Amino acid sequence: MSAVLETPPVVTKPVMARINWVKAAPWLYTIALFVAWELLVIALDMPPTVLPAPTDVFGAIAKYWSPIWKNSIQTLYTTTLGFAIAVVAGLAIGLFIGWSKTIYAGLYPLMIGFNAIPKVALVPILVIWFGIGTVPAVLTAFLISFFPIVVNVATGLATIEPETEDVLRALGAKKMDIMLKVGIPRSMPYFFGSLKVAITLAFVGSVVSETVASNYGLGNMMSSAQSQFNVPLVFAGLLMLAIEGIVMYAIMAWLERRMTGWAHRSTMAQ
Amino acid sequence: MSHLVSIDNVDMRYGGASGTLAVSGLTMRVDKGEFAAVVGPSGCGKSTLMKLVTGLHIPQTGVVVVAGQQVTKPVSIVGMAFQNPTMLPWRTTLENILLPLEIVEKHRHRLRANKKEYVEKAERLLEIVGLKGFGSKFPWQLSGGMQQRANLCRALIHEPELLMLDEPFGALDAFTREELWCVIRDLHAAQGVTIILVTHDLREAVFLADKIFVMSARPGRILKEHRVPFERPRDLEVMYQAAFNDMVHELHGEIAKARVAA
Repeated sequence: MSAVLETPPVVTKPVMARINWVKAAPWLYTIALFVAWELLVIALDMPPTVLPAPTDVFGAIAKYWSPIWKNSIQTLYTTTLGFAIAVVAGLAIGLFIGWSKTIYAGLYPLMIGFNAIPKVALVPILVIWFGIGTVPAVLTAFLISFFPIVVNVATGLATIEPETEDVLRALGAKKMDIMLKVGIPRSMPYFFGSLKVAITLAFVGSVVSETVASNYGLGNMMSSAQSQFNVPLVFAGLLMLAIEGIVMYAIMAWLERRMTGWAHRSTMAQ
Repeated sequence: MSHLVSIDNVDMRYGGASGTLAVSGLTMRVDKGEFAAVVGPSGCGKSTLMKLVTGLHIPQTGVVVVAGQQVTKPVSIVGMAFQNPTMLPWRTTLENILLPLEIVEKHRHRLRANKKEYVEKAERLLEIVGLKGFGSKFPWQLSGGMQQRANLCRALIHEPELLMLDEPFGALDAFTREELWCVIRDLHAAQGVTIILVTHDLREAVFLADKIFVMSARPGRILKEHRVPFERPRDLEVMYQAAFNDMVHELHGEIAKARVAA
């Protein structure tokens, strides 16, 4: 018995304990998803024209790399351009709306109504105005993604603590002073938070428009692949979109942490 | 007689002719350099009083005069501190304290050129309130009591003639509160600033003030004015004297009566 107790504890930790599971989790879950998908296709004996296995999809990516790459860049271009316009316009409109209670009350219902319109219904109108191609895709991305930015910036401005405002107004601060010193810095966490939502919406907008009215872009590529029953290529397009979406989201999340670290203070204190 | 603040027969009603009457027939005077406290049942219009004196509200009837001028717009000779420290979380404590200087007309144009002088002044204030070396910390890295100290510095940085305090120590624990009483007592003695303190804490009022106004329930008016007889400088020990307790007791009785009358 005593001999067993005296055995020194194992010094090197086992392999399982040395892996940072939280860091590894996103990769493991992604791989698991693909494996499950592959197994499902094999188990149900799905034809590739209904549900291609991940191996078929990766095969399609390798086979059609040149058009996939070109169209991915096109979609990324229309999305980021539309998104950039949305950021500028959304920030400006948000500040404008948040400026006064009257403007807020007057414009808010209009904005809600506008946001309720399915943007795909606007694409034909944009085509009448601008023709098919890049412009309607950029504009659709813009229209769909600027709303969350506006709402968030306006909310940040509208929720200034009345006591802060009193302290400054008693010192003779003008509306402009309060906006510059308190309102705008205060709304920045809301603004950067909204970028994460807006960028993913921008992809929805540009791809919808490309699918209906364009000769370029992943949306167009997928719709023509579909008409040729090239289902692996459709899935390849979806996969590329997902990757672009994740990358852009990650950039926005990084930007948010960089610019408004003070708003995430619970993790930064001391 | 030089009254810094004089309020004469003021009525203030919120929300139009049929709205609530917050104060009615309010009359009070505070001399230059005096420390006045205002106590009363809750909802008696103490915060309205703050807003009237600072010019954030203009009364419907009656006259408010601050530093010899009738108040018709915000008066910038006032510093304010509330129960909620309202420090801006994206600025360091020092930058928070310098904020009023970016607003007040007299200082805003010379702030950039004389930054060093102002920063030194802010650091002196931080030292007085016992926050030396904390200027570079963000407010959310400070405890509640420390934030309230910084809040006092911010209220004093532009050298206001009048300091308005709205229950500034209400959210603090008893020991921190007593410490800050001493801080504010010493600031008052050193800077010669006039202070109006709105509070629920009767011991706080008696310990700090020269003059105590008791307000009635809504619509608020001044029921009684007390002179506080204790010698300055006052030590915390004064609170354990019989005369001190008698005064607190008397105030307590008056407010209890005002509550019943409501």
